[in-house]
Amino acid sequence: MERINLTQANTNSALLAKVTRESGQDISACYQCGKCTAGCLMAGAGDGGPRLVMRLLQFGLLDQVLSGKAIWLCAACGICTVRCPREIDVAKVMESLRRMARQTGQRPAEPAVAAFEDLFLTCVSRHGRMHELGVMVAHNIKTGRPFKDADLGQKLFFRGKLRLLPSRVRKVAAVKQLFARTGGGAA
Amino acid sequence: MKRVGVFVCHCGSNIAGTVDCAAVVAAARRIPAVAYAEDNKYTCSEVGQEQIRKAVQTHNLDRVVVAACSPRMHEATFRKTIASVGLNPYMLEIANLREQCSWVHSDRQAATAKAIDLVRLAVAKVLYNKPLFTSTLPVKKRAVVIGGGIAGIQAALDIAEAGHPVTLIERSQSIGGRMAQLDKTFPTLDCSSCILMPRMVDVGAHPMIDLMTYSEVEEVDGFIGNFRVKVRQRAKSVDHSKCTGCGECTEKCPTQVPAEFEAGLGERKAIYTDFPQAVPNKPVIDRDHCRYFLDGKCGICRKVCQADAIDYTQTDRQVEIEAGAIVVATGFDLFDPAKYGEYGGGRYPDVITGLQFERLISASGPTNGEIRRPSDGRVPETIAFIKCVGSRDEAHGVPYCSRVCCMYTAKQAMLVKEHAKDSKVYIFYIDVRAAGKGYEEFYQRAQTDAGATYVRGRVAKIFPRGEKLVLWAEDTLIGKQLELEVDLVVLATGIVAREGAVEFAQKMGISYDGHRFYSEAHPKLRPVDTNVDGIFLAGACQGPKDIPDTVAQASAAAVKVCSIFSKEELETNAMVATVDENICAGCFHCRAVCPSGAIDSKILHAWVAGQDVTRRVATVNSGVCQGCGSCAAACPSGAMNVGGFSNEQILGEVEAL
Repeated sequence: MERINLTQANTNSALLAKVTRESGQDISACYQCGKCTAGCLMAGAGDGGPRLVMRLLQFGLLDQVLSGKAIWLCAACGICTVRCPREIDVAKVMESLRRMARQTGQRPAEPAVAAFEDLFLTCVSRHGRMHELGVMVAHNIKTGRPFKDADLGQKLFFRGKLRLLPSRVRKVAAVKQLFARTGGGAA
Repeated sequence: MKRVGVFVCHCGSNIAGTVDCAAVVAAARRIPAVAYAEDNKYTCSEVGQEQIRKAVQTHNLDRVVVAACSPRMHEATFRKTIASVGLNPYMLEIANLREQCSWVHSDRQAATAKAIDLVRLAVAKVLYNKPLFTSTLPVKKRAVVIGGGIAGIQAALDIAEAGHPVTLIERSQSIGGRMAQLDKTFPTLDCSSCILMPRMVDVGAHPMIDLMTYSEVEEVDGFIGNFRVKVRQRAKSVDHSKCTGCGECTEKCPTQVPAEFEAGLGERKAIYTDFPQAVPNKPVIDRDHCRYFLDGKCGICRKVCQADAIDYTQTDRQVEIEAGAIVVATGFDLFDPAKYGEYGGGRYPDVITGLQFERLISASGPTNGEIRRPSDGRVPETIAFIKCVGSRDEAHGVPYCSRVCCMYTAKQAMLVKEHAKDSKVYIFYIDVRAAGKGYEEFYQRAQTDAGATYVRGRVAKIFPRGEKLVLWAEDTLIGKQLELEVDLVVLATGIVAREGAVEFAQKMGISYDGHRFYSEAHPKLRPVDTNVDGIFLAGACQGPKDIPDTVAQASAAAVKVCSIFSKEELETNAMVATVDENICAGCFHCRAVCPSGAIDSKILHAWVAGQDVTRRVATVNSGVCQGCGSCAAACPSGAMNVGGFSNEQILGEVEAL
């Protein structure tokens, strides 16, 4: 088992303060009961759930969190937030961490998830709504699997479930303004 | 010429660490009325007090300012000090340099400047101080104890044993309270009933205890030594002077009602006692459910009663009790787990509370002490206990720890071994709190002797799967999600204040905290006093506590009551309101705002132009007045003044600013 060196833990207080500031959540309030992870639908797929993320943050091990899978596997369903007895918005903390992982130039541990998030948000910021075909094709190219789901795509296309060209909402400008106000684009 | 002495206390480094005391003394000396000023390391010490006495005598001082800690701490001390050298004790003012200055500031220069201002204000005020005098009032040597749980029982017995009459008021049919509902008690596993019932019998039989069950306090007024408690005795519909307690009526009564005592797991009749060993062991009729009262039919109980004790015509009675002291022992409620949607929100019959589990394992309970699932009556093979339900949970319940759940869960795990030895027990916890004599050892035995498996993690979700219940949790020690199938789930629900606690506190005039528990006068030094002299607290109405702590607090409250009763007369407050009858316009705004009912009216006669002109003015009953000052604030003409806080004194302070 790897021993965590707490003495030299990355106690980058500026970065930690940023997590607190951006998420508006008090990380130190977590008393590690594990109710978040217990009900988390994605924790089983990764390297630990939200409780572990909160623990690492309390130790100041931010790098380990930002390079880990948990923040990318989080589906932002918010079950953790609803159940937290300390009223910490855990999902919001995860969101802030994803943002920070981008800003620090960290290579996402789950690149496909990150790529999807990018493409999805870019699409919404442009058109005001999702363009399934575009995002699907772009995601396949970006992740190096151009023919993934090609069969299914074909079927969907011929049944009229996939539009060739993106449709736009009426007030795209308003959506763009919204993105500008919240810091723009993908997390 | 008025001669003021100023004594500045260092309070070790508490004040001197932030305030330059020598500079404060120097500034005090420059005030014209100050005849003498000095500083001391500890003014409250015997040495410090002797300095004051000496200075009063050598410098012929006629009033004193002590610049030290809060007046709540040592005002009484210094009043005695100056009284011992012949000054009226009220010729004293305290400048609070500690709580209101040094403790809350860090800038030495600014703090010193503020300290000097505080001393100047105190000097300006003391110049207008007038000698005040107390009078005495006789003490009514009867105690009223409100609440007949173990706290009230213990307090009542202790006071009665000391030779003073007690009226014990209980809301339900019997005394006994929560403790009567429990099966066994931690950490000794002695039977709750076996240790409680003898006490209950003692209360019922004690010549000095007047037991009023099925009664509620409606109103309290008066003050220490002279309270008046209005009690409503609800109609029992049974003449207890005739009833022999044979139980024939209860047996024949056709109406079944969910029993409060069985925590919803059992039923009682409409004419009932709370439990078989009830004190008094004579039934009452629950008029909300009795057929006779609902539709005028039935009357079976009257037919079967050999003693002719059933009396449907009884009415509620109001009784007024005069008492010198009151003990409040109104107990607690349990947190309602229906707020936890993820635990079923009350939809799953096999998810029960800790108190319901107590009834399940009680030999006198609905299953005669066999652990059986409420849904199908099967003996559960696997039982999960979930701790901190409602406690330590801001989202669903309360942030505090309820103190008893860790231990009662450990106890219940032990009892599972006794009652269903093949059942497997899992206990989900966040932290285990076992601080108490023999508690940690008991908790360990729950693991080693009873074989309970402790899992560190709060359960996120309970859902049914066939006849079983599935729990989802994380074992936070391994860091893995886990799933567990069980037959029965017991929620260790926390302790919350009684429903209606706030309304009751307002009736009594006592204060309560943010969680509606009644506040003690000082968290360390006055743990059983309230903010109202003569009203004391015992048990969980003041905050979650277990039986040993409750009994200790009840005995402490009893001693406090007895110490009041050890005097024939009590000294009244000297700092009471007075009326300037020349100015009083008789508007009686004061009477409307007075919380103690201390203001009466009187008629003044004057001869004006040969005629007898009468005028109505306010007058203060100085024995009743608590000196709160509400009247002085409300008086539009400035006729009301409170001793020690007269308009002149306050304006003197304002001018000095």
